[in-house]
Amino acid sequence: MSASTSTNNTTTGVQTFHGSSLELRSLTMAYGDIEVLRNVSLNVAPGTTTCIIGPSGSGKSTLLRGVNRLHEPKSGDVLLAGESTLKVKPDILRSRIGMVFQHFNLFPDHTALENVALALWSVKGMSKAAARERARRSLAEVGLAERADHSPRDLSGGQQQRVAIARALAMEPEVMLFDEATSALDPELVKGVLNLMAGLGRRGMTMLVVTHEMGFARKVADQVVFMDEGEVVESGTPAELFDNPRSKRLQRFLSEVL
Amino acid sequence: MDWLSTITRTFFDFGAMAEVLPQLIAVGLLNTLIISVSATIIGVALGMVVAVMGISPSAWLRVPARIYTDLFRGLPAILTILLIGQGFARLSQSIFGPSPYPLGIIALSLIASAYIGEIFRAGIQSVDKGQGEACRALGMSYAKSMRLVVVPQGVRRVLPALVNQFIAIVKDSSLVYFLGLLVGERELFRVGQDAAVLSGNLSPLVMAGVFYLIITVPLTHLVNYFDSRFRTGRRRPSAPSSGLKEVTELDAASPLITGSNT
Repeated sequence: MSASTSTNNTTTGVQTFHGSSLELRSLTMAYGDIEVLRNVSLNVAPGTTTCIIGPSGSGKSTLLRGVNRLHEPKSGDVLLAGESTLKVKPDILRSRIGMVFQHFNLFPDHTALENVALALWSVKGMSKAAARERARRSLAEVGLAERADHSPRDLSGGQQQRVAIARALAMEPEVMLFDEATSALDPELVKGVLNLMAGLGRRGMTMLVVTHEMGFARKVADQVVFMDEGEVVESGTPAELFDNPRSKRLQRFLSEVL
Repeated sequence: MDWLSTITRTFFDFGAMAEVLPQLIAVGLLNTLIISVSATIIGVALGMVVAVMGISPSAWLRVPARIYTDLFRGLPAILTILLIGQGFARLSQSIFGPSPYPLGIIALSLIASAYIGEIFRAGIQSVDKGQGEACRALGMSYAKSMRLVVVPQGVRRVLPALVNQFIAIVKDSSLVYFLGLLVGERELFRVGQDAAVLSGNLSPLVMAGVFYLIITVPLTHLVNYFDSRFRTGRRRPSAPSSGLKEVTELDAASPLITGSNT
C-alpha cells in the first residue's frame, strides 16, 4: 500500500527505517468551542526529526493527536506521504503512525512481550506465534530482550517507555510521534530513552517529538518548532532557534527553561 | 426461666431442625444455588451488554441502557418478580411448561443485570483513559480496544463487588416463592417455612437461615481477602535497586541498540 516500510539491513544487523513525509496544512483543532490550535502549517521531510517546544497549554500535544486523529481536526489537513489523512480510515491511519505517551500507557496485565505482540495479531492479523516472534525482535532492538516476560509494574519507568517504543516500532510505522516521552522518567533514566529516540532518527525514522529536553532538540532535531497559544511562533534549525531567537516569546521561553 | 424455654422451643427446637435438615439440603439448598447461580450467570452476561451500551458514544445505545438500569434498580425486587412471574406466565407455559421456576430465575436475572451493569460500567470507566488511547494509537478499533484491553482490566477491578452482588442474589432468591413453586422446586426459605407450619415453631426457618449464612458469610470474607489482595497487588516486596544500575546495563548493551556513542 505504501512504499514506506522498515526493512532489515542484514549486512550490519541494524534495522533501518524509511519514514514517510508529513505535512500539516493550516491545521486547526478545537475542544468544543475553544480553539487550541490555529492554522498550524508544518513540513516534516522523510527521515527527519522535528522537535516541538513551547510552554504548557501551547497546543503541542493536541497537534500530535491531530496527526493520528486521536482528536479530529476542526479544519485544515494533514498529509502522510503526500496523501490526506482525513481520507484514510482512522484505524488504518493509526496503524501507520506510532505514538509514544508521557505515561507509557502499557497494558498492566500483559507482559512486556504481550504488550508488543497484542496489536501485531489483533490489528496486523499476524498469527500469535509470528507476533510473539516479531515482538521479541522489537524488544531486542530497544535492549529489553531479557525483560520480555516481565510485567510492566516490575520494570523501571525507562524500561517501560522503551517497551512502549518497541510496541510502536513493531507495527512498522512510517512516522513516530513522541508526546513528552521522558517527562515522567527519573532523571538518570532520561538519557537512555533519548539516546534510543536519537538512534531511531539517525536510522531514517520520521519523528515528531514534543519535548522539554532542549539539549535533545538542539542535538537531534533537523527542525525545531516553537509553539505558543496554539500557533507556531517560530521554526527553523536548532541553531536558528536556540542561538538567534527572533520573537520575544521564544526569547522569554528560552530564558526560562535554559 | 419460663421465657428461656419459650425461646428455646420457638427458635431452637432441635428435633424440628433435624427433621427438616435432609429436605433443606436436598431440596432447599440445591434450588437456592440453582436459582442464584443461574440468575448470576445470566445477570453477568446481560449486565456486560448493559454496561457496554451505557458507555457507548452513541446515545441510541446509552439511553436505553440507562432506562433499563433505572427501571430494574428502582423497583422493589418483589414487585418485579411478581410482575414478570405472573405477567408472562402464559408465555412461559408454552416454553417452559407450567412451573414458574424459570420465570423466577429470569426476573432475578433482570434485576441482577441492572446492578451488575452498573458495577461493570463503574469498573470499565475507572480504567485509565490512556489505556484506550494506547490501543487506538496502535490502530485497534474501539470494539477491539474495549474487548482486549479496557474491559478485562475493568472487570478485574470489580470482582469483589460482583461477589457482593451474588450474595444479594442469594438472599433475593427467597422471593421467588411468591410465584408458587412445586414441592421439589422450593428453595431454602420456602422449605423452612413449610416445615415451620408443621412443627408449629420457627426452628426450621432458623435452620434455613443458618444455610443462608453458610453461603454468604464465607463469601463476604473471601471478598475482603481478595479486595485487599487486588488493592495491594501480588507484588512481593523487592529490595530497592539503583537507577544507575540500569544505566550501566544500557551502556553495556550494543551502542547500535541504544543508538548512543556514534
